Amino acid sequence: MAATGMGQQWVLVEMVQAFYEAPAYHLILEGILILWIIRLLFSKTYKLQERSDLTPKEKEELIEEWQPEPLVSPVPKDHPALNYNVVSGPPTHIISVNGKECINFASFNFLGLLDNEKVKSAAQASLKKYGVGTCGPRGFYGTFDVHLELEERLAKFMRTEEAIIYSYGFATIASAIPAYSKRGDIVFVDEAACFAIQKGLQASRSNIKLFKHNDMADLERLLKEQETEDQKNPRKARVTRRFIVVEGLYMNTGDVCPLPELIKLKYKYKVRIFLEESLSFGVLGEHGRGITEHFGINIDDIDLISANMENSLASIGGFCCGRSFIIDHQRLSGQGYCFSASLPPLLAAAAIEALNIMEDNPDIFQTLRAKCERIHKALQGISGLKVVGESFSPALHLQLEKSCGSREDDVKLLRRVVDYCMNSGIALTQACYLEKEEKCLPPPSIRVVITVEQTEQELDKAASLLKEAAQSVLN
Amino acid sequence: MEPSKQISLTGRRSQKRRLKSASDNYRGYMATDHNAGERGAESGKLRRWKLLRGRTLLWVHVVPIMLPTAVCNGHLHHHHQKQNNLLKSGICKKNGITKGMKKNGVSNGTLYKKTFIEHFEQAPMYVAVLTFLGFGVGTVFGYLRDFMRAWGLEKRNIATEREEQKDFVPLYQDFENFYTRNLYMRIRDNWNRPICSVPGPQFDLMERVTDDYNWTFRFTGRTIKNVINMGSYNYLGFAETDVNALKTVTIELQKYGTGVCSTRQEMGTLDKHVEIEKLVAKFLGVEDAMVFGMGFATNSMNIPALVGKGCLILSDELNHTSLVLGARLSGATIRIFKHNNMQSLENLLRDAIIYGQPRSHRAWRKIIILVEGIYSMEGSIVRLPEIVSLKKKYKAYLYLDEAHSIGAVGATGRGVVEYFGMSPDDVDVLMGTFTKSFGAAGGYLAGKKLVDFLRTHSHSAVYATSMCPAVAEQIIRAMKCLMGLDGTTQGLQRVRQLGRNTRYFRRRLHEMGFIIYGNDDSPVVPLLLYMPGKIGAFARRMLEKNIGVVVVGFPATPITESRARFCVSAAHTREMLDTVLNALDELGDFLRLKYSRYSKSSHPELYEETSHELED
Repeated sequence: MAATGMGQQWVLVEMVQAFYEAPAYHLILEGILILWIIRLLFSKTYKLQERSDLTPKEKEELIEEWQPEPLVSPVPKDHPALNYNVVSGPPTHIISVNGKECINFASFNFLGLLDNEKVKSAAQASLKKYGVGTCGPRGFYGTFDVHLELEERLAKFMRTEEAIIYSYGFATIASAIPAYSKRGDIVFVDEAACFAIQKGLQASRSNIKLFKHNDMADLERLLKEQETEDQKNPRKARVTRRFIVVEGLYMNTGDVCPLPELIKLKYKYKVRIFLEESLSFGVLGEHGRGITEHFGINIDDIDLISANMENSLASIGGFCCGRSFIIDHQRLSGQGYCFSASLPPLLAAAAIEALNIMEDNPDIFQTLRAKCERIHKALQGISGLKVVGESFSPALHLQLEKSCGSREDDVKLLRRVVDYCMNSGIALTQACYLEKEEKCLPPPSIRVVITVEQTEQELDKAASLLKEAAQSVLN
Repeated sequence: MEPSKQISLTGRRSQKRRLKSASDNYRGYMATDHNAGERGAESGKLRRWKLLRGRTLLWVHVVPIMLPTAVCNGHLHHHHQKQNNLLKSGICKKNGITKGMKKNGVSNGTLYKKTFIEHFEQAPMYVAVLTFLGFGVGTVFGYLRDFMRAWGLEKRNIATEREEQKDFVPLYQDFENFYTRNLYMRIRDNWNRPICSVPGPQFDLMERVTDDYNWTFRFTGRTIKNVINMGSYNYLGFAETDVNALKTVTIELQKYGTGVCSTRQEMGTLDKHVEIEKLVAKFLGVEDAMVFGMGFATNSMNIPALVGKGCLILSDELNHTSLVLGARLSGATIRIFKHNNMQSLENLLRDAIIYGQPRSHRAWRKIIILVEGIYSMEGSIVRLPEIVSLKKKYKAYLYLDEAHSIGAVGATGRGVVEYFGMSPDDVDVLMGTFTKSFGAAGGYLAGKKLVDFLRTHSHSAVYATSMCPAVAEQIIRAMKCLMGLDGTTQGLQRVRQLGRNTRYFRRRLHEMGFIIYGNDDSPVVPLLLYMPGKIGAFARRMLEKNIGVVVVGFPATPITESRARFCVSAAHTREMLDTVLNALDELGDFLRLKYSRYSKSSHPELYEETSHELED
């Protein structure tokens, strides 16, 4: 405006003059016109509201129209999971599967305590005294002296300050993780982690970072990434808890985690370690204390150890152990602990007796290890099948060397191998997964479980039978 | 609780009248309603109610008996309303239940076959004020003590972080544990009391003392014998050690041992599991059932198998943690409706179907309603008939958690489905636990065209160890006893005894003037304490009288509604209940717990009538 200079100024003066001189009706008219323009500018030309509001009739129609999906999709009767094995009698060393007697290479009864007479009589004594159920959660008169004893014994056995028991193995780690790790916290987890860990992580709603299975370089890369992230926002970093969640002996792969390296990373990047030891507890180490004993690591360097009592101890339930500072928190925050009925006392008593046996016979772990190594060696070189897992792992996987293309076909093929063995008196199973739910679905495999009860002949028989089966089915 | 109230009365007199006028519904309805009003005006007692009605006091809802053949209800409602919009809408909500039913065209008169009475009396205003004051004082002292601990004036008893890890990000935020450290710790001795006997009608407690105000406990080695157990969920008294009763359990334990060491899909399906599943299905009257090793996990590991992304879960606000966890793990959208409030549920259902998913506006894949049979902290029973008719109208699915109700209600102990005289087919997913009535552990899911899917898709079936066979046998024997398959009527007697005990206990507490919540038929009896200080005092003094009670406070309940909870059992004798009641009477006066303004003396008709109706 300034550019036009005088001319512009003149127009303005004229305008003001005209304003003064104009008659009142003119001004009023112009005022109304201006208001009208403003109204036109700001009002909508059509009414949205009227268009979008549904009439009651339309609403009824919509409700009438809606057709939900069925609650569950029908499952074909020939679905493999529907035709599961039925075991009659106890699932001990000699097991009767679908009416056929076999040697059990499928149940996680590593130490053979399932039909141990001492364990049974301890359970019987408890049954006589306490009955079966506890009829309440731990907080409301569901705490029995047996529970306290078992917790004390487990803590002593593992050489930690405190232990806490859960009434279900699966719920143990799945409740423990969300007790500490909350929304906004970061969890670094091995991609081969078992389903219980995955569910725990999901429940925690934390930020989850998967690293490649047992790949410490990959983990360190993620930790470094996080470190640079933290430097950008130190205030947030000060309250963001970090955890590494790993398994001692992986359920899905049968190998161990590189714990010494993990400990180094822990102190370097100040991350806490949660260790799930369901397979390694009562198996690895000189006294069966698990992976920490196996590697000779100070157990206090692990923030939390969780394991179930359903494998080596051949009972039901699970436990977490560690320092009181950490474990005690679960007594108010572990959902599966607070809100669930406590473990039936007879199962706790059985677990105590199983611990007694483990303490009294430390050679049992050596025996188991020798047997694992024997079959691991014997299973090498089967054409078409490869052995996955450590030589000392009591649960190892046999995977197809070459997939036939689809998972379904692979599963069918392996099933034929399993059936072949079953017909010849060796009970095996495939490792079952919920294929759509797993984060990183492991390839289909036959799981071979080794227990101390299997004799050397039986181990050799199983190995040769598997070789035979592979020969006849795969080639 | 809502600031609404509705007082509905069903008198014995009016009931007769109802029978008379049932032939002409509309007129009958009007007539009785009118008469009730008249009667109310005549009655001096009711006039007293009216004096009090200005304040929001009591909500008793009676859904009256409906005649099976009648088309509509010959019931009477008498509303005391406040001239207040909020309250009016509240009443509409409550009332909408019956109205809604009529509109739905399902008023075949069979919605409720028996009186449905639930109490949620609100405490006087001063109680709420004092409760907040109590928490206020506790908080102030908490800060003071935290301050003193920080300056080393008070000993720090709390476990601390390892030296090596002091520079890690703290595992707990200080404020997170403020409540635990400063309030819960003061009364911690009232929870986790260890017992050393069967949790039957009486149990033995291990005596423990503390030298440092509950930071640590020390066992004295003595036991407190024969404490009356009002805390365990032993509704039918199957938590027992009788050798004869446990004979089969002993045998199976000897045969199978304790563990299973495998999952259901791998090598963990025993013949025992097949047997128990058949029996459970037969007991419930459904096609098939599946059992799981833990009740909590039955919910949390199976709901994700049933629903997922694009599905909607409508969940009662007071649902158990396991249902909440299961819903959360499923990835479905969750919406909460007010506790047992059908109008709230219907609104959610309508909106969900009409407007579809948020943002994308696609139609929901399916809608599932999650409710419990008996709510464990409120003692209320789900309004199943209304929920079923809503679910049918809106094509939603119903997941009913009968953790506390299976065995405990219904003429033969078959849960709320039987309690309301409905068919198990009306419910899509029947869930329950064996921990409570059956004195065992674990849970089941049952239904029509459901179980095959669960066998293949349940997280529990694939990844969790199956149920201990001896525990399964305990369930089998208890269930057989309930079904009369053991050749006795003992099971039925237990169910009846539980019903009698429940009504007796509840009636007496009402008479004494306590505020108790829930349905008259629910064996879960919450007694309101309100003030935080009274939680500890109540539980300790009850223990002194050799009675073990459960007390609950925030966060398990709303902050102002701390309560004690009794679980009545069929195994309780009348003497035991009387001992407890007398102790409560005494303690109620001492601690001034009798907040109710409706004791028997102030309104005899209601109780006379209800006890009459429920006893037959």
